[in-house]
Amino acid sequence: MAKLTVDDLKKIKEQTSKATSLRHGAANVKITVHMGTCGIAAGAREVMNALMEEMAEADRQDIRVVTSGCMGMCSSEPNVTVERQDAEPIVYQHMDSNRMRQVFKRHVLLGEVQTDFALAKM
Amino acid sequence: MRELSLHILDIAENGITAGANCIHISVDEARSRNVLTLKIQDNGRGMPADKLEKLKDPFVTSRTTRRVGLGLPLLAAAAERCEGNIDVKTTPGIGTDVRATFAYNHIDRAPIGDMASTITTLILGNPNVDFVYTHIIDGNEFILDTRELKEGPADLSLSDPMVIYHLTQRIRESLSQLATNQS
Repeated sequence: MAKLTVDDLKKIKEQTSKATSLRHGAANVKITVHMGTCGIAAGAREVMNALMEEMAEADRQDIRVVTSGCMGMCSSEPNVTVERQDAEPIVYQHMDSNRMRQVFKRHVLLGEVQTDFALAKM
Repeated sequence: MRELSLHILDIAENGITAGANCIHISVDEARSRNVLTLKIQDNGRGMPADKLEKLKDPFVTSRTTRRVGLGLPLLAAAAERCEGNIDVKTTPGIGTDVRATFAYNHIDRAPIGDMASTITTLILGNPNVDFVYTHIIDGNEFILDTRELKEGPADLSLSDPMVIYHLTQRIRESLSQLATNQS
């Protein structure tokens, strides 16, 4: 029987070449990937995969990723909401992995809202 | 849905929306018996009996954002076109068990797909929920229990994107080992 243990997790941590220092504190950016049936069928998991890779590369501890259910705007799924501190939340529509990477690099890290993909301000 | 793992992600998210803090997910590939069984068990608030009766009706839903609910009807349709079925047991206040079976080699059965992404997406997106994931292929088991993993040192946080990234790779490797390990 194979079981993933805490030791495996330690090995995983050792594999990570970057020394991740623990920076506790409030999250400055919150990214919500909407994962209702509609979002998942439209490709929200691939968006999430791209986001996880970008997060691992950026290695920032002040960015929080959460999933949520359907917002009721199923025709524009996959939707992603980016909330930067002291700025209005922006909902992005029809996301795919490339769009997610662009939004992460430009909006999440630099604060430039990507109006081409934006659905609404909230 | 193109992959069964997406159905699993969907049903598990439903459980979380229902207030669950622990979700058990199991995939049992009994290739020798030609049966594939998926189980998703949550400890959320459960469904009232009238909802359970109308489970496969997409126009019955407990959500409030819109009037259709497709999660369970889609899974039921996927199972039934593969000579399988879906069985849902629910107790208000205790939780809901969803069990779907498929004929393993049925031509219409969607691939199981990327289970590793499904599991790590759930873990990263829901830091306050625990997941117990069991994957069995012809009797060989792989288990991941976030309740145990969270007992590790604090710097091994499951919300660290770096840890999540490597965890995904690790699950993928373990599953491919499981698939080739004929015993």
